[in-house]
Amino acid sequence: MLRQIEGSRAIAETVALCRPEVVCAYPISPQTHIIEAIGAMVKAGTLAPCEFINVESEFAAMSVAIGASAAGARAYTATASQGLLYMIEAVYNAAGLGLPIVMTLANRAIGAPINIWNDHSDAMAVRDAGWIQLFAETNQEAADLHVQAFRLAEELSVPVMVCMDGFILTHAVERVDILDQATVDLLLPPYEPRQVLDPADPVSIGAMVGPEAFEEVRYLAHLRQLDALERIPVIAKQFAEVTGRASGGLVSSYRTEDAQTIIVALGSVLGTIKDAVDMRRDLGERVGVVGITSFRPFPGDAVREALRPATQIVVLEKAFSVGFGGVLSTDVAMSLQGEQHVLRNVVAGLGGRAITRRSLEELIATAVRGELPVLTFLDLDHEAVDRERTRMAGTRRSGPSAENLLRDRGTVGVSTSRSDS
Amino acid sequence: MTNQPVHFYQVGSFAVGNRLLRDDQRTVQSNTDRANSIDSGHRACQGCGEALGARYALDAAMRSCDGQIVAVNATGCLEVFSTPYPETSWRIPWLHSLFGNAPAVATGVAAAMRVKGREDVRVVAQAGDGGTVDIGFGCLSGMFERNDDVLFICYDNEGYMNTGVQRSAATPPAARTATTDVVGPEPGNVFGQGKDLPRLAMAHDIPYVATATVADLHDLEHKVERAMELRGARYLHVLVPCPLGWGSASNETIHLARLAKETGLFPVFEAEHGVVTNATQIRRRVPVQDYLSLQRRYAHLFGAHPRPDVVARIQSIADANIARYGLLDDSDQEVSV
Amino acid sequence: MTAAEILAVAAFAEGRHAQAFPSFGSERTGAPVVSYCRIDDAPIRTREPVMAPDALIVQDVTLVHQVDLFAGLSHDGYVLINTSRRFTELGFEDHFVDFDQERLLTCPATEIALEHVGRPMPNAALLGGFAAFTGQITLDAIQQAIRDRFSGVVGERNAAAAKAAFEFVTNAKEEFLHASTN
Repeated sequence: MLRQIEGSRAIAETVALCRPEVVCAYPISPQTHIIEAIGAMVKAGTLAPCEFINVESEFAAMSVAIGASAAGARAYTATASQGLLYMIEAVYNAAGLGLPIVMTLANRAIGAPINIWNDHSDAMAVRDAGWIQLFAETNQEAADLHVQAFRLAEELSVPVMVCMDGFILTHAVERVDILDQATVDLLLPPYEPRQVLDPADPVSIGAMVGPEAFEEVRYLAHLRQLDALERIPVIAKQFAEVTGRASGGLVSSYRTEDAQTIIVALGSVLGTIKDAVDMRRDLGERVGVVGITSFRPFPGDAVREALRPATQIVVLEKAFSVGFGGVLSTDVAMSLQGEQHVLRNVVAGLGGRAITRRSLEELIATAVRGELPVLTFLDLDHEAVDRERTRMAGTRRSGPSAENLLRDRGTVGVSTSRSDS
Repeated sequence: MTNQPVHFYQVGSFAVGNRLLRDDQRTVQSNTDRANSIDSGHRACQGCGEALGARYALDAAMRSCDGQIVAVNATGCLEVFSTPYPETSWRIPWLHSLFGNAPAVATGVAAAMRVKGREDVRVVAQAGDGGTVDIGFGCLSGMFERNDDVLFICYDNEGYMNTGVQRSAATPPAARTATTDVVGPEPGNVFGQGKDLPRLAMAHDIPYVATATVADLHDLEHKVERAMELRGARYLHVLVPCPLGWGSASNETIHLARLAKETGLFPVFEAEHGVVTNATQIRRRVPVQDYLSLQRRYAHLFGAHPRPDVVARIQSIADANIARYGLLDDSDQEVSV
Repeated sequence: MTAAEILAVAAFAEGRHAQAFPSFGSERTGAPVVSYCRIDDAPIRTREPVMAPDALIVQDVTLVHQVDLFAGLSHDGYVLINTSRRFTELGFEDHFVDFDQERLLTCPATEIALEHVGRPMPNAALLGGFAAFTGQITLDAIQQAIRDRFSGVVGERNAAAAKAAFEFVTNAKEEFLHASTN
């Protein structure tokens, strides 16, 4: 049914339709509304049978999910940013043990400095953990991806995280079609574990594996992710057949057939990019967009195929590897080995800074003129940075940079005892 | 589960091999039809208190719920020696996740059983002292606070033994460990630190808290059975001497555990909902140095440069325990130090 | 955020696409908060904050001098400010010299709310006023969305406040028309 609801609410209702059996989560902005909604449903009895557990930390949240999943229950949790880091040991553990846990990651920047707004640094921090990572462009896709995620996770015995931009999607009220129970049941059969804790057939799960077999265990996990590259499009296709709409898949393309420049990105910013691209197209520039939905496993072949038409590829991403450059752009570059493209990296939207259509249009224009540097930080206030660098060069005890920058902007009051004023 | 051939040797005590005992006086282990939750062939050290304690505890748990149990294990000696790749000595379903999350993982298993209508399957979580009092404490407290239906057993050998004998919050004062060296004005572990997990568990008002040692295996079994009669969060703290970490002879494990109790250094008691319901009396009180002098981790308190002042401080800890739990209330023993 | 949300739900009820979201400043009680709402007949793809609003609703007039509220507002944009004073009495006529004066209005939404709802919460009234002011949404849809959001008596009272504000603004528009044709 078509509803105008908050993204978090759409996720909660869709996850509930997936018949989770154990839901355990710790509150963190901007995921709170999802978990509150699910908790309310369980307490009221509208989501049953389901155990909703108020855990004492994110580490406990993922641990409870591990225990529940290993015992054969469909387990779900949600987190963001700092919470993801706090559970990171358990995140790797869940993947290593092959447990089909599904988690919503409400993408949020990682501190310090503490920041509650959106970027992709959290997802990037765990990209090597062995989880499947799917990025949603809209709240509709975010909701739909959860159904596909449970299906994918349970088929392959690999945990899956659905990434959706914190606040931008989680707190946006927009049109979402919420599926009905019968449709979800059709798309998502009951969970049949590949391994399970059962007194009738005891197994030991989680034993130490030494040098003689570790590489093989890891390689098997790698193969399962490669299997996912095959299964994701199949599951998306079935979803489309049943629901009548496209959601998920590996990559999506927009106006790329004759594009000379293609912009590549993850998540909700794709919407704004498409608007900007339409404006530039009207001016005759041949630009297109490729959105990557499955970030892990990274769909190298599909990306290479989608980018083939263009001479210039601009990867725009909400994360970067400090001291080096882009994360997504590195993955894209790897997939394009042997191809003839000019590759450009744009880091944008860090810590929730708005990515405006105007800035994107200027960016595209610059790119089309061939004047885009190899690495750009979009809308960076170079003067503010220079002022802080000057301060730091001027005195050893220059103070916390974050506070200095905020004071510069007038966000923080000026103290009366500045030694350098 | 298949049986294994077992051989017993006749002895004249309450130990397993005594066929002169009535059936109800025998332990689970004396049943020739027994099938152990943890099989022989594991790689524990000779004289390992934890291997002994774990086998008794889990077999008692199994007996009390018809074998319908799942064990969750933290990282540590027990996990490592019981699952030497590619073998496992576990005959029950067993899950090892991480070092600090055994209580939370067990909560998850229990929740799964509940949601599937299989509450007949009971969950036992187990860890060493490190995984319980230090790195596992946050999760443990959470499990207690929610009253999750898990029996948590801590095998306390008073240090991080698997990684080379480092200090934990369960390491007693003055004990030598690799991170509390016997140098300086206060050799060994420092006084005035440490956590008393049984009391912390009691502070959560959970249905059942008990302590036990491997010196009295019947008592350990009874406490496990008592715990398994109850639902909700239950905690069992078992003293398990470690010959390697304590520097004691491998055939002294049970003797040392008995001495720990008889000195008053390790009070043996039960509590329900935060109130002590029963404290095992000291049968024949012993001064602490009879216990300490058998362990090389306390060797620096004796010998060429003895530290009677430190021994006296340890004695007053024992005295305080005796007073707090009333461990000599029924005794007309002279308090001799 | 509630006002933007109700507006979005109202637009949805009329079969249009709508997107409402909070600004990305800290939403704590007492701090200036901005919410955005886009309404369109076609699906809305963009995710940027509203940079060039067609209409601005100001719930708290004291903010006007603290924050650059009018940034990006086009010269024929609508401004509806919650206050019992007149637009010309607010002290920033200079800024609006080149604006379409018909599209600058105040509405005593807090007072209307106090009268109909008993609480100084102007959202519902402002939305009713907005409906009359811009004609972008019907009063009916606004009232329905209000009732969806607030059940029972509270919903009814807020819907009544919306209607009262709707009538106030309709009158104000007629007066302006009357005055300008004189």
